[in-house]
Amino acid sequence: MKNAGILITIAASLLSASIASADAVKVGVLLPYSGVYAALGKEIDAGFNLGLEEFGKGLDLEIVREDSEADPGKSIAKARKLVLQDKVDVMTGIVSSAVAGALRDFVHGAKVPLMITNAGNNSVTGAKCSPYISRFSFSNGQINRLMGQWVYDQGVRKVFTLAPDYTAGHEMIDSFAATFVAAGGEIVGGEYTPFRKTKDFGPYLATAKASGADAVYSFYAGGEAITFVKQYDSFGLKANMPLFGAGFLTSPLYVNAEGDASIGVKTVLHYVPTIDSAINNSFVAKFQSQHEGRSPSEFAVAGYDAAHALSLAIQQGATDRASIAESISKVSFTGPRGEVTIDPKTNNIVQPLYVYETVKKGDKLTQKVLAQLPNTQDDVNGCSL
Amino acid sequence: MDTGFWILQFLNALQFSFLLFLLSVGLTVIFGLMHFVNLAHGALYAFGAYVAASVAASYGYWAGVFVAPFAVAVLGLVLYQFLIKRMRSSGPMAQVLVTFGLMFALLDLTRIIWGDLALALDVPASLSGRISIFGVEYPLYRFFVMMVGAIALIMLNLILARTQIGAMIRAGVDNDKMASCLGINVERLFFIVFCVGCALAGIAGAVAAPLLSVVPEMGLEILIPTLIVIVIGGLGSLKGAITGSLIYGFVQTFGAVFAPQFASVVIYVLLALILITKPNGLFPSRGG
Repeated sequence: MKNAGILITIAASLLSASIASADAVKVGVLLPYSGVYAALGKEIDAGFNLGLEEFGKGLDLEIVREDSEADPGKSIAKARKLVLQDKVDVMTGIVSSAVAGALRDFVHGAKVPLMITNAGNNSVTGAKCSPYISRFSFSNGQINRLMGQWVYDQGVRKVFTLAPDYTAGHEMIDSFAATFVAAGGEIVGGEYTPFRKTKDFGPYLATAKASGADAVYSFYAGGEAITFVKQYDSFGLKANMPLFGAGFLTSPLYVNAEGDASIGVKTVLHYVPTIDSAINNSFVAKFQSQHEGRSPSEFAVAGYDAAHALSLAIQQGATDRASIAESISKVSFTGPRGEVTIDPKTNNIVQPLYVYETVKKGDKLTQKVLAQLPNTQDDVNGCSL
Repeated sequence: MDTGFWILQFLNALQFSFLLFLLSVGLTVIFGLMHFVNLAHGALYAFGAYVAASVAASYGYWAGVFVAPFAVAVLGLVLYQFLIKRMRSSGPMAQVLVTFGLMFALLDLTRIIWGDLALALDVPASLSGRISIFGVEYPLYRFFVMMVGAIALIMLNLILARTQIGAMIRAGVDNDKMASCLGINVERLFFIVFCVGCALAGIAGAVAAPLLSVVPEMGLEILIPTLIVIVIGGLGSLKGAITGSLIYGFVQTFGAVFAPQFASVVIYVLLALILITKPNGLFPSRGG
């Protein structure tokens, strides 16, 4: 009797699960809402929500949120829960490259579409690409690839590089160095600092100063970026050795914490809130009204565009895992950062890049766009879709 | 690689050492005098930085620096009355577990109060800029950090060695039963010591913030370096804290110059060597 009861319960729950999935598209959002990347996770979530408000009107969506804590082990457990228990049709999120790497095989095997909204490791849309994994943020190589030529064109001939000693640091610097050398420049030295363990950049900055370089090219993010930019400025290096880099260095998300130290730093990024287009201006205004006047960052736009792409896919008739994955790979639209498409060869985003300088307007720090670089598409990097 | 380069690196090492000393001295004072392991020290340091940043946003840098130690001492007072006092007589394992948990609770409390975004705390105008020394331009604020560290060292040394309350503390550490028989209120003494240790964490937070970044995880990130400093130097002694800081600061700085690829492991190798040869650290406190 008891067993029969359990069986009925199971059957009923299976039935209700299938009914639910027949009606609504279930979306699993896997972001770090706590831990060191909490600020990024919440920013992406805010962008994603705004995107759904705007493009997801009338769509039957059910959102399930899970906290990844930016921890690969915990993320795998949460992803399993989303896929096996909640039976989501599509997943989005992922800030940490390590988490993206850890989830790849599970997502690929389970055939659940995953729309990445930050993690930039080249391999996710390179050697380890999957028809189910698409990326709406950037790849580390993509961000820096055109900067070698641009920095060379500014009259810089010798560069010293500095970045944290982990995958993103190496990929960003390698990508810049390759094109800078190809343009005719010289990398006179460079160091990788212990990731999230470096409190004093003084020793590295003194070495950079002694190297005789014309400029420093760098990548840091979050708390490390704040510390690095402040210390770079405190040594007075900006006057004789300007600072260039990947734009996370002076991201709008934490440029205020850097203060005047960030003025004059020239970096490249796929989005800055000061891009002057009707679509972006309206996006910025809406975001600001929800966040006490704070401008959206490159993290928010990734969430926003992911919501846009997902809404388009569903409007075009995608309903289940397979059709959503297929539809996402072909998506193309104009968003706050300009025209974006998903590259069918790698499932990475193809997007314009913006070189910007952090400047002070009144008493606020803002981003002055110096150049818009053409849409960049990654090489296939061993990916075959 | 001229002389200027080496002077610059020497100053970097010295500055980093004093910063580490400021960070670890509160921890070592509490441990040395009370034999209490307070792993929540990093969280108190972060709390100090956050208070300094919020106060400084409205009333300027100096107000922040003066308010932070008092605010953290008040937090310490509350923690002592409700938690630490009860843990005083329990073993080190229970203390480690409780204060480790407390660290995460305080970290999330910081998040709830101030949010996840980094706060700004700039170097004040009077301390910005650089001064020239031996032909090398060095940021003024870094000299200020060294000075604060040196003052803290001298003051603590004087108080412990030369004043009556210092004598009472030393008596309480050596033999607390005998000290209370002689009319010293040992409990109150330890309470004061704990609050002073917390205030030191607050000063460290306020002074380090313009140099580093005010983010929620800052307390967690600083815990390991401070533990290494006091383990190398010897738990609980002032001399150990400054020696440990100098060793850490110089090894880290010159490690980054000579062998950047090994910069993060050199200090752990040294730690292992010291633990093998001198398990109690270089200058352990007598009471230990």
